[in-house]
Amino acid sequence: MTTLKVNGRDHQIDAEPDTPLLYVLRDDLELNAAKFGCGLGQCGACTVIVDGKAVLSCVTPLVLLEGKQVTTLEGLGTVSAPAPIQRAFMEEQAAQCGYCIAGMMMRAQALLQRNSKPTDEQIRAELAPHLCRCGTHMRILRAVHRAARLMDTAELSPTQGSER
Amino acid sequence: MNAPIILDRRQMLAGSGALIVSFSLTGALAQDQGAPAPAPSPPGSLKTSPFLDSWIRIDADGSVTVFTGKAELGQGFKTAFQQIAAEELDVPFASLKVVTADTKLTANEGYTSGSHSMQDSGTAIQYAAAQAREILVAEAAKRLDLLAENLRTENGAVIAPDGRRLGYGDLVASDMLHVQAQAKSKLKDPATFKVMDQSVPRVDIPGKVTGGQAYIQDMRLPGMVHARVVRPPSYGAQLGECDSAVVEKMPGVVKVIRDGNFLAVVAEQEFQSIKAMKALSAAAKWQESARLPKQDDLANVLTSLLSQDSTIFEHSDASVTGTRTIEATYTRPYQSHGSIGPSCAVAQFSDGTMTVWTHTQGVYPDRQGIAEMLHMPPANVRCIHVEGSGCYGHNGADDAAADAALIARAMPGQPVRLQWMREQEHAWEPYGPAMVTKLKASLDDGGKIADWNFEVWSNTHSMRPGGAGSMLAAQHMAQPFAVPAPKPIPLPEGGGDRNAIPIYNFPNAHIVHHFIPAMPLRISAMRALGAYHNVFSIESFMDELAGLAGVDPVEFRLKHLDDPRGRDVIEKAAEGFGWQKDQRPPQDCGLGFAFARYKNLAAYCAIASEVEVNRETGRARLVRAVAAVDSGQVVNPDGLINQIEGAIVQSMSWTLYESVTFDDTRITSIDWQTYPILRFDAVPDRIDVHVINRPGKPFLGSGETGQGPAAASIANAIASATGKRLRNLPLTRKRIKDAIDA
Repeated sequence: MTTLKVNGRDHQIDAEPDTPLLYVLRDDLELNAAKFGCGLGQCGACTVIVDGKAVLSCVTPLVLLEGKQVTTLEGLGTVSAPAPIQRAFMEEQAAQCGYCIAGMMMRAQALLQRNSKPTDEQIRAELAPHLCRCGTHMRILRAVHRAARLMDTAELSPTQGSER
Repeated sequence: MNAPIILDRRQMLAGSGALIVSFSLTGALAQDQGAPAPAPSPPGSLKTSPFLDSWIRIDADGSVTVFTGKAELGQGFKTAFQQIAAEELDVPFASLKVVTADTKLTANEGYTSGSHSMQDSGTAIQYAAAQAREILVAEAAKRLDLLAENLRTENGAVIAPDGRRLGYGDLVASDMLHVQAQAKSKLKDPATFKVMDQSVPRVDIPGKVTGGQAYIQDMRLPGMVHARVVRPPSYGAQLGECDSAVVEKMPGVVKVIRDGNFLAVVAEQEFQSIKAMKALSAAAKWQESARLPKQDDLANVLTSLLSQDSTIFEHSDASVTGTRTIEATYTRPYQSHGSIGPSCAVAQFSDGTMTVWTHTQGVYPDRQGIAEMLHMPPANVRCIHVEGSGCYGHNGADDAAADAALIARAMPGQPVRLQWMREQEHAWEPYGPAMVTKLKASLDDGGKIADWNFEVWSNTHSMRPGGAGSMLAAQHMAQPFAVPAPKPIPLPEGGGDRNAIPIYNFPNAHIVHHFIPAMPLRISAMRALGAYHNVFSIESFMDELAGLAGVDPVEFRLKHLDDPRGRDVIEKAAEGFGWQKDQRPPQDCGLGFAFARYKNLAAYCAIASEVEVNRETGRARLVRAVAAVDSGQVVNPDGLINQIEGAIVQSMSWTLYESVTFDDTRITSIDWQTYPILRFDAVPDRIDVHVINRPGKPFLGSGETGQGPAAASIANAIASATGKRLRNLPLTRKRIKDAIDA
């Protein structure tokens, strides 16, 4: 048994210690946002936040996560009460198929939590590990800029909304 | 009237019915036995599924459901269809529900491909909704004893001049919409549109950005087990010894399945199935054969294969002769769809019925293929489309559906979720075919094109299912199904020859299609099919000729083009870009232009681009692009812009970076390291898309119209920046550097 704190809640996980976090999130906790894209850490679709940092959950084994705080896209907000980053992606219509988007949003969220006014160059550099095949890149960049503005002006703080 | 069908359908929608009714089949039969006098056929997919209730259902509570046989692939048409129905029916947008491709519920609209969704399904929904509204108004007129023309509709109700109001739910009777579509219904005047031609936000995005269950990969059924396949290491490899005893004892493993060369493992949990797959893969001994062609000599390989040659276009005017002639050969490698999410399917075999949830582009053809593979009647197989990761054509979706079905048959009652691994998707998906084009043209004394010769060598561009033999599982079984003989896709849409016939006016033109039946690599449909390479070739060569003539590339195109809508997009893109004759590009940059009308019958698209080239490294980056698109009547402007932006960015990635690699036996591009695609460091600064709306004109497919023009526009900009013409895709850093240094 491993104790894992996900989106503000403790969970007892009964899985082999080498199980990547991705499968714990998707299969044990039934969270949809983190996606299997490559299992190799090459595409970013599985990205979640662990202790404030963007982490590729497909190559991060459970054994390394005891006592750490994991945040997934579900932990940021909901359709009716979206977090600024979620609102920004909705307002910019920043998705086509959307399969890569949750991972992108989590890395952008981690960036904005430590740097509330990133430059365009910083955002591009930060998102370098992420692939999008539909070619939604222009909108994704716009959405991250918008999220930064929303976080700056909104009463919502970026870390709020870890309880659903 | 056939009232029982309606009742059955309602039961099915409630989840309690077992009868499978294919409405399209009823429709097709009705047509086959149809009227002796050829009546004008209704528009779009109403031709093949003419009953209105195949498209629109109104319940007694007034709720409206729209049915489409097309599959949402991330293009956003589910939202667009909802807009169309809301507009023509006069019901609130949010009150509508759209049901997509499902062999039990929706019309058979074949594949969701070729930019056909709006023109086939969107048109059917538009006309069906308009006729349904007419029927409801007529019913209200009867009940109120008023003339129909004195009534209006609003918010799901018919309103009388005195304010009396009859809701659609009150007006509808059980079989009211089970009528055949009329040839033409009166549509709304575009000037009065409230929902169409509006950038309504996509209905699926809120769920996708909050972690909702949005994809087939997110499906979880009670008692579901997880499966993985072990694919052969190469095409044609034969499985010999495979001792699975150790694998069967691994934690969670429920079953190992071997059927000839088909090998799979089922486990209780997903990661257990992955570990077991790896162990099983290590235990499997395969016999491989070296059968792949030389990757670095593809042009010669392709043009030396046996081909079926046909002249697809010929035009001659002996009075015009050329004086200066140039020729060139262009090539395209095999390229990968490269879906970010590997293919996935869920299947359940219960009570003699196989249900498959799949992200296929064609639920009916998949049903046929899976039924054939399992030797089951098609009526006992149901395929339901669930969104997957973007596919851009025929990726591993159909194969995964067949894999899941074959495994589920061995696990009666239990839902089986099967997902491919990254290397399986990259190594086994059917690629976009490699192509070769040879062009030769002459200019007359006035600097206009006098003659134009174009030859294209290509495989077919569709090996999609229908029969079982198109699916890997069926090919690998002990009693295998043969891969069906490839067929060229007929013109006017074409496959390898899609967009091979130029839209320009050339006094003399000769176009030859060399169709190559032999397929050294597994191939099928990839976004835009042959149009990507043909437009890349034509539009690159147009620039070469413009250079020879000493004429500005935009002016040169306009000199050869009569089509007024084509001229409009060219002029709009040039104007939006700030294109000027004798312009000087910024330092280290080049400017390029290209244009096409997709398939010569769908959307028009022109793209101007600015590309910077690092002369030291050869690295090219698209700095900015301006596109103009004419897609007929626009339904969702932002959705259309999203498609064109995506087309430009994706095509840029194909054009600058991508080729499938292989040695004499195996595919070697098996992940994102070995098949690199665009990353954020190369994303443009800016893309602008200008939409030319054509109110009241038919919808034109636009999902693929940008692929070819984007490629040629970038290639032309690289030529403008370097003074060197690159004709072999992809235009890699190394090729550009070599050209600069040459």
